[in-house]
Amino acid sequence: MSGLIDLSASQAAAAIKRGEVDPGALFDLYRQRAATDSLNAYTWVAEQAPKAPPQPSLGGVPLAVKDLFCTEGVPSQSGSRILEGYRPPYTATVVERLAQAGAPLLGKTNQDEFAMGSSNENSAFGPVLNPWDRARVPGGSSGGSAAAVAAGLAPWAIGTDTGGSIRQPAALCGIVGLKPTYGAVSRYGMIAFASSLDQAGPLTRDVSDAALLLSHMVGERDPLDATSLDFPEPIAMPSRRTLAGIRLGVPSELTGEGIEPGVLGAFQATLELARQLGATVESCALPHAPHALAAYYVLAPAECSSNLARFDGVRYGYRAADPDDLLSMYERTRHDGFGVEVRRRVMLGTYVLSSGYYEAYYGRAQRVRTKIAADFAAAFERFDFVVMPTSPCVAFELGSKLADPYAMYLNDFLSVPASLAGIPALSIPNGLASPPGGGTPLPVGFQLAGPAFSESQMLDVAFALEQALGFDGRAVRS
Amino acid sequence: MIDRDTVLHVARLARLELTDGEVERMVGELGGVLEHIETIAQLDLDGVPPTTHVVEVANALREDEPRASLSRQQALAGAPAVADEGFAVPSPQA
Amino acid sequence: MTPDFEPVIGLEIHVQLKTRTKMFCGCELSFGAPPNTLTCPVCLGLPGALPVANARAIHFALMIGLALGCELADHSVFHRKNYFYPDLPKGYQISQYDEPLCRGGELAGVRLHRVHLEEDAAKLIHLGASGRIHGSEQSVVDFNRGGTPLVEIVTEPELRSPEQAREWLTLLRATLRSLAVSDVNMEEGSLRADANVSLRAAGSSELGTKTELKNMNSFRFLERGIAAEIARQRVTLEAGGSIEQETLHFDPVSGEITSLRSKEEAQDYRYFPEPDLVPIATTVAMLRAAREAIVELPRARAERFEDEYGLSVDSAHLLAFRFELANYFEKVVAVREGIDGQQIANWLTQLVARIGDQDPAQSKVTPEAMAQLVELISARAVSAPAGREVLDVLVREGGDPASVVEQRGLGALHDEDGALEAIVGQAIAADPAAVQRVRGGNDKAIGALVGAVMRETRGRADGADVTRLIREQLGI
Ligand SMILES: [Mg+2]
Ligand SMILES: [Zn+2]
Repeated sequence: MSGLIDLSASQAAAAIKRGEVDPGALFDLYRQRAATDSLNAYTWVAEQAPKAPPQPSLGGVPLAVKDLFCTEGVPSQSGSRILEGYRPPYTATVVERLAQAGAPLLGKTNQDEFAMGSSNENSAFGPVLNPWDRARVPGGSSGGSAAAVAAGLAPWAIGTDTGGSIRQPAALCGIVGLKPTYGAVSRYGMIAFASSLDQAGPLTRDVSDAALLLSHMVGERDPLDATSLDFPEPIAMPSRRTLAGIRLGVPSELTGEGIEPGVLGAFQATLELARQLGATVESCALPHAPHALAAYYVLAPAECSSNLARFDGVRYGYRAADPDDLLSMYERTRHDGFGVEVRRRVMLGTYVLSSGYYEAYYGRAQRVRTKIAADFAAAFERFDFVVMPTSPCVAFELGSKLADPYAMYLNDFLSVPASLAGIPALSIPNGLASPPGGGTPLPVGFQLAGPAFSESQMLDVAFALEQALGFDGRAVRS
Repeated sequence: MIDRDTVLHVARLARLELTDGEVERMVGELGGVLEHIETIAQLDLDGVPPTTHVVEVANALREDEPRASLSRQQALAGAPAVADEGFAVPSPQA
Repeated sequence: MTPDFEPVIGLEIHVQLKTRTKMFCGCELSFGAPPNTLTCPVCLGLPGALPVANARAIHFALMIGLALGCELADHSVFHRKNYFYPDLPKGYQISQYDEPLCRGGELAGVRLHRVHLEEDAAKLIHLGASGRIHGSEQSVVDFNRGGTPLVEIVTEPELRSPEQAREWLTLLRATLRSLAVSDVNMEEGSLRADANVSLRAAGSSELGTKTELKNMNSFRFLERGIAAEIARQRVTLEAGGSIEQETLHFDPVSGEITSLRSKEEAQDYRYFPEPDLVPIATTVAMLRAAREAIVELPRARAERFEDEYGLSVDSAHLLAFRFELANYFEKVVAVREGIDGQQIANWLTQLVARIGDQDPAQSKVTPEAMAQLVELISARAVSAPAGREVLDVLVREGGDPASVVEQRGLGALHDEDGALEAIVGQAIAADPAAVQRVRGGNDKAIGALVGAVMRETRGRADGADVTRLIREQLGI
């Protein structure tokens, strides 16, 4: 049976199609592994394989789904106490589409509460452990999905990325994570963090799996999501072996200061590899990128403060016991139901939108956003993709950044520029590096960002790099 | 730059109860984060339009056609308190 | 000398649109459905649900904008208006803020500030002490109404009296009725009006501090509420006090005005653009569709009534500005060709005096009966006073005027058999003083004699006949 675990999701799907693997047996294998999860990666695991025969496209290869995707009759709490016991009466469009395509729900994965965090320590279910080193974080907010895929507790998974929440945990867990073009994947049924930034995407063992999963997440726009878009063409399966003719831009603002030496070293080595594969690699400028983090930490909290106003103890979820009156019901429910980081961001977002501060914060942040998108557009006139590390650091120790919120926010400074621009970005593992104090080497992520709807080409380039890099994550799947 | 009164005012707007200790902590933490955020005040953004939607689309509308509603049982399934076929709350008039 | 104060009134009107489904989801609109049976993840504000705007609601709003002469934005945006209340499931109302669908416009000389689209709140029912939980009073929310499309119409503060406010709102209602975009029923809440009221020294151009009177649910209450608030402000100002900016409630039963919100918690709605919706770009096709859907507005109808039926300006307005009156009028006119329109208008006024705000089509007086009555009067088969008596009967019991006249002996008394001549003779004999004044050249004194004859004939005589006979008998 251990041989099954070594099959990537696309290999498993192909084997099922050829009749070599029984989809029920595959589901049971992963269900059992997920049920004995010791990383705290899952918040709920399916009891049995789905009754319906698997669809041919994805063959029945089971899918782990971040807690915040609503799934009918199945706990969906977005990692929050305030949604204790909540089972939605409907299923998110993307989960529905994937189930229709033959990727049935295996389980729900742990995450930072309402997707706010970069370490998965902000979960009502407790932190997720990094399978490479259980004293360290898996990254966040899609930490459960990333850890589950890395540890072979799921063939593949979906997560969401608002400012890096797919890419960063993928990097820290040594897997592939893709944030699609904003609007490419329906947000209907995704419990919102920041609506103008949230985007669902795949977390997979390799680039081919990412392409296969993504190809069934995008397509025709969802009539239930006004911001969703038709994907202009089907996602192509990657096959490229060289990078001849590919122009990579290296933004000086995102490849120097504030990045661990080990991470920078791996990045430089990958640039060298890209050159050897035929790519041209030149530096470029994203002059407003250094301000992206500040703009992000205005816009995202502002939207979250409004998105989370619906958690008021009236219609679902937690309500504080014996409130004196309506006001105290609201205030106590929201105090007790939300964790520390969520409260902090709700406060920050409420403040920046409040009377007298809107223009100074929200208005300016929206203008910075315009500038950042324009910087990328200018770069894409000369380059096919912009490349930088995914995370400034390798997986850090549990608890090490909890005391200083801004130190935690700094984890996102390489990933938020693409989020603000709404463009696709992908992280692939590009080796291992030791943490600054020394110790066991840990995975590092290499990030590509491309123009809107360039996912197929981006996956193709990533595939060529992946083949040349030969990253091996088998050790943590045993 | 952000004081206790401001924190209390914002907490009221956000309907968040904060203990005295949490108010103190919030003053320090929000102040710290805002200090970094304030760097955008130095940028010259005159004449730069704001971005609300990264993708330029308009009129993503739906036809005025009914879709099935939830049953009352489904609607009330997760309600913390129910009375008279509805969602019960402490009265705002009380 | 105390300065004279001038009232300054602005109206803010919410109109529920008559679409099939809600503003941002596919739940059907229905009045009187059992509680919480018309909800879905979107209008319950469930986690993960997203709004999608209803194309017909936008179409209706554009029709309203065109009908009111507004400037229609080619680009408009929804915003979130953030506040907590149990009837607001998401913790924000999706509304429009600084980029509304329509700006400006004018109706009957009153300029409009803006017209925008938003969603309605749910219904909150106060159970009071009967529904106690944990010793506190309880309310219950029914989300059926939540998410109903609303158009908000805001006037400039250009109304000057409670009566004018009421009349203007009547015209607005007729306009919206003729567009068929809403039931516009104040009692049922599909038309709701708030009034901003302030006073200023007469002749001043500065605005005083205004108060906001909330949700007056009939035309009568609107007029009375504004009048009461003007009186309250006048008393305060004349006593040297000042007006506080606040939201008020008018209780039509007691006539009292009470404050709704305490001042201490200032509202801060933290408006920002709704990221779940994309902008509305009003296209040429959308504008054309809206324009083509507008049939005939009250002002145009009034003009047509003048041209087509020879109505006076006042009559034409009176009818056309009340949609249901105008419809009824046209039905009466259609009963018989060549019937006198102005006469019908006059008799419709009589009918309105008897049935008030009721739709005449819902009364016992059918258009056929109305037409017949007017014909009997025009043919002088029934006198005007007798006609009023016939109308009384019709309003009470229905039926046709000819039978009523027959049964009650209300037919006009003409001088065929000399009976009227005899009654005139008696009247002259009975009032020599009047006779003397008439002979002395006081023509008005003849009225006393006519009146006596009318009393004697219970109004069945024709006034012109009587006057002629009196003159004949007096030889003048
Ligand atoms: Mg309004
Ligand atoms: Zn609905």
